[in-house]
Amino acid sequence: MTIGLEHYLVVSVALFCLGLLGVIIRRNLIVMYMGLELMLNAANLALVAFSHFRDDLDGQILVFFIITVAAAEVTVGLALIVALYRKRQTTDVTDLTSMKL
Amino acid sequence: MEILFYIFATLTLLCGLLVVFNPFSHNPVTSAMFLVLTIICMSGLFVLLQAYFLAAVQILVYAGAVIVLFLFVIMLLDVKEEERRRFQKFGTFLGFAAVTGLGAIIINTIGQSGIGEALTAKGAGETKTLGKLLFTEYVLPFEIISVLLLVAMVGCILLSKRDEPKEAETE
Repeated sequence: MTIGLEHYLVVSVALFCLGLLGVIIRRNLIVMYMGLELMLNAANLALVAFSHFRDDLDGQILVFFIITVAAAEVTVGLALIVALYRKRQTTDVTDLTSMKL
Repeated sequence: MEILFYIFATLTLLCGLLVVFNPFSHNPVTSAMFLVLTIICMSGLFVLLQAYFLAAVQILVYAGAVIVLFLFVIMLLDVKEEERRRFQKFGTFLGFAAVTGLGAIIINTIGQSGIGEALTAKGAGETKTLGKLLFTEYVLPFEIISVLLLVAMVGCILLSKRDEPKEAETE
């Protein structure tokens, strides 16, 4: 059986679900960020698979831009986490309750 | 070629699972290390899809820069807290249920749609063509991305600077 587009899409969906699971069940902000990275990577895999099987390079260009934006996003997010840690001495989301009524 | 796909896909998913749900350790450093392995296995999948340039970029940018940044922040903050805390059982169960349901729905949709039946890979993902496309048709987004990186750098410096509000007030 040859490997088709569906195989790659199923792997991508599974990876996306793992990232989402990480964001939902983990309580550490840094590990939640890693879950976000997993989700972005899953989207990248789906785009590259589409690009390969449709014989169209636009998907790969989009992945290139996604990787760059993700790097910028991680930089700003981690800077925010560091700033938060300076104020509150924690990276656990259950301790960040200042918006709770 | 098929066996390579199965090897890389299994390794990617296994390492991805160990990033979010490691039964042996709740240390963020372990998660970061398994994230590196996930990225490397994924770039193997990119090579199988003949996206050689993106496979290289994936390893350079993610494994080289992003994960190092993660490790820097983990070591800077000295995060040990989570090891003592337990997962909330109810939340974990609900999260598993919701995510499994979502995955089942999407995979079922993919199976029913027959999306890949008419498509066969011909393999045109040359780096040369990609570069030409990037610098002709997509040159404007490319330049905007560089501005975005600059903005992110400035924002990052501004955020991580220690604020010294007292001096301004006294003057």
